[in-house]
Amino acid sequence: MLALILLCPIVAAILIVAGAPARLTALTAASVTFLLTLFVCRSFEWWESGFQFVSSLTVSPEWGIHFALGLDGLSLIMVLLSAIVTLAAVWFTGKIDNYERAFYACLLLISGGAIGAFASLDLFFFYAFHELALIPTFLLIGIWGSGNRSAAAWKITIYLTLGSFVLLIGLILLYQTLPAASRTFDIRALQAAVAAHPIEPAAQHNIYLLLLLGFGVLVSLFPFHTWAPEAYASAPAPAAMLHAGVLKKFGLYGLLRLAIPLLPDGMRYWNDLLVVLLLGNIIYIGLATIAQKRLDWMLGYSSVMHMGYIFLGIASANILGTTGAAILMFAHGLSIALLFGIAGEIRKRTGTLMFEDLGGLAKVMPFAGLAFGFAAFAAVGLPGFANFAAEIMIFFGAFQNDWEMVRFHIFQVATILALWGVVISAVYMLRAYRKTFMGTIAERWNNLVDLRPSLRVPVALLIGALLWYGFFPQTFVRIITPAFKTYLSADTRR
Amino acid sequence: MIAPPSLEIAVLVLGMVILMFEAFAGNIDKRSLGLGGIVGLAIVFIGSFMLAPSANAEHATGFWSFYTADPLSIFFKRFVLLTTIVVMIMMIDYAPVVRNSVGTTTTQSALGEFFALPIFTCAGLMYIVSAIDFVMIFVSIELVTISFYVLVSFTRKNPATLEAGVKYLILGAVATAFLVYGIAWIFGVTGETNLQRISAAFANPGIERPAALFGALLILVSLGFKIAAVPFQIWVPDVYQGAPTPVTAYLSVGSKAAGFVVLLRVLRPFMMLPKMERLIVLIALLTVVYGNLAALPQSNLKRLLAYSSIAHAGYLLIGVACLAGPAVTFYLVAYLLMTLLSFAVLIVVAQQTGEQISDFDGLAKRSPFLAFAMLIAMVSLAGLPFTAGFFGKFFIFAAAIEHHQTALVVAGVITVACGFYYYLKVIRAMYWQPAAKTDTIPVSSLSRLAMTGLIVAIIWLGIYPQPILNALKTQRERVTATSITSR
Repeated sequence: MLALILLCPIVAAILIVAGAPARLTALTAASVTFLLTLFVCRSFEWWESGFQFVSSLTVSPEWGIHFALGLDGLSLIMVLLSAIVTLAAVWFTGKIDNYERAFYACLLLISGGAIGAFASLDLFFFYAFHELALIPTFLLIGIWGSGNRSAAAWKITIYLTLGSFVLLIGLILLYQTLPAASRTFDIRALQAAVAAHPIEPAAQHNIYLLLLLGFGVLVSLFPFHTWAPEAYASAPAPAAMLHAGVLKKFGLYGLLRLAIPLLPDGMRYWNDLLVVLLLGNIIYIGLATIAQKRLDWMLGYSSVMHMGYIFLGIASANILGTTGAAILMFAHGLSIALLFGIAGEIRKRTGTLMFEDLGGLAKVMPFAGLAFGFAAFAAVGLPGFANFAAEIMIFFGAFQNDWEMVRFHIFQVATILALWGVVISAVYMLRAYRKTFMGTIAERWNNLVDLRPSLRVPVALLIGALLWYGFFPQTFVRIITPAFKTYLSADTRR
Repeated sequence: MIAPPSLEIAVLVLGMVILMFEAFAGNIDKRSLGLGGIVGLAIVFIGSFMLAPSANAEHATGFWSFYTADPLSIFFKRFVLLTTIVVMIMMIDYAPVVRNSVGTTTTQSALGEFFALPIFTCAGLMYIVSAIDFVMIFVSIELVTISFYVLVSFTRKNPATLEAGVKYLILGAVATAFLVYGIAWIFGVTGETNLQRISAAFANPGIERPAALFGALLILVSLGFKIAAVPFQIWVPDVYQGAPTPVTAYLSVGSKAAGFVVLLRVLRPFMMLPKMERLIVLIALLTVVYGNLAALPQSNLKRLLAYSSIAHAGYLLIGVACLAGPAVTFYLVAYLLMTLLSFAVLIVVAQQTGEQISDFDGLAKRSPFLAFAMLIAMVSLAGLPFTAGFFGKFFIFAAAIEHHQTALVVAGVITVACGFYYYLKVIRAMYWQPAAKTDTIPVSSLSRLAMTGLIVAIIWLGIYPQPILNALKTQRERVTATSITSR
């Protein structure tokens, strides 16, 4: 079942390269993936802890590498996110003039890589599937990108390569903490082994630092973020949707999946550093976002900034914070995908995304304006959207961490500063909305056409999911918490 | 059942038969000689699966004290045979270039030798991987090197080729001198040429260690030439660029693999000497850094691949420094597949356009198949998951981390990122840049078959490396035993 979800986009990508009609095949594959994922969500037994839909195939017995797939609550929502955003991204793809087949194949490969990474129970394939997306991203930005695409493509590729090889070293170190005879890359076996014999603190510190650096580069943690805005601004809209919406969550997912159960000491040891860096994401990048003069750059920076909240949730290392982080990963993925999608449609029509050239577009593109507004409000964290539910959980979780009546610790200070980030994001999002859709419209844009009517489907899908989980976050919380319950006590005062 | 040494004899006979045809059958298409050679090698390859088990190498006498048929050597004999077959396929594609640049009056002449020489080289390589005695190692290395002297300068009308030939001849001769001198020193200290007995002699605390170390050092210098390790790599870029492209491919795969097998074999006694491990770590470090950095600015693809072969020698040396025999072997197999694939594409494309990276502009439009093949080769050379190249790097890194070689790991990670830059430069040319011409590039069905086979093998081993690991099982046990005794 799970293997089917994973294979669907990859097989479709191969078929498209081999000559199947590109758009039709891609849409079918994305829809099938989405429906299969919905089916899995329905039959997922949320009250059970542990992994479900497990299937395993031994690749190398002596190295302990298995092709093992399985889902718990955390990976389920990540796969769901990937399926929704993939469908939206493929749907948003319009006419491609140059190498149409390759474009769709690259999109589907990114999506297959993301799903594979989230569904893998084996660290080797967890890593490998993420890397599968590297070359398609390089090609997508390089061939179909805009602006300074060449520099952007090099930057993202080299950055991510370096980050992922640092990560690989961390993973191998983690693998070698086990005694030689019982070494394995299987997450379940690792968790069981660590539960019996925790890894030595000194080793944990090293491994966690490597993982934090590696994942940090992949998630654009300050100060390793410089690849992200440029790449997202230059990438074609569907690629930006998939990468910013889904693929970037890989690093956060990895920290949640590995650091919390396996490396609690390492996490505690480096937490102060992480908090400082994530405040860099929230405050410094937030201010940088306000200063942007172009819509696409602004969206790129805003996506970097929101990573800070998720890191805050992870760093707080209690159930409330980590669950909030998981939900924000989902919510942010949907909202940023929609924002990039709309921005891409605007660029297709106007050829520019400079704020000074735009304005008043809501008159000619009312539906685009409405959709952008919804997504922008969601990204700001307006109550009613999933982002709000997630952010409030993160703030409460982080504030409770190390709570003492007499004085504030670093987490309390960080939470207060992070709350200011909400104001910052409201400033830049509303400003962007005003400069793009409000005000007087320039004469040359009077004949712009609104979004294709068929695009209402993916837009409705994305907004619907955001609203649904905004009003009923419990449906998510109850799925996710069992994944952490074993490792984190509900008592947030350690 | 076949006795192992008959494989080499069969290959040598095949080479001579082809030479006879060249000399006496004047009016045939000489390319059919190449085809005949391929068929013959394929038969030998199949024969290698029907070997009789060999005598126990531990206390062997006579011929068997020179020659072993252990799993490592059988594995590499197949490796060498496959390499030679692919190289011969490339040579058939390359035949028109040879005809134009040999410069004799009759158009067909010399092609026969062009097809016969690699078969002799192949026999030499097969002897090398079986050699467990310095005398045998020396003789078989000479057989390989001398046939390469001729092959490298084969298209002799081309000045660059002549330059390459002279450089290879002179430096090869110097390397040989180092080898002989080193063997002489070790013989002087131990009175032995057999590796087994040298190990036993080195274990004796009474030997003169400085003299033994000096001899080992000289031999390492000579092997450094063969595998293109820094600081003995100066010849590589010019020779690789100047030699006929199939010969370059052969040089970078076959010659390097043989060098590494010999290195693995002599390492067992050498690692008993003090400071040897540190020396190899240092060489590995220099080689990865130099190879990768020097490859960055290259604009000629053949030269780029030359530097990349130095870089890969560096990664292999990391494995050697950690005594990770299976990792080195797997890396060599991956390296064989991806290097041959990139050279195969290069030969076809270069005949239409040229060898510069800019000559690959827009290849994806002109020939999607060739561009895809090159994409897989480059991605695998760079070390992306789901290709054989990634597993190679993965095993090497795992071994280095296991042995706490922090410097090597750090250098490895940084240089891998460098590698992505220059390998992706080729991909960028093929997919981003507009094509200068739009006509399609013809690919002969034989090379299309070979390329498809290589692509499938790269991806297959990238997902399921177990076949190679299984073939090396017994070897792994032996190398583990070595690393225990040497510590």
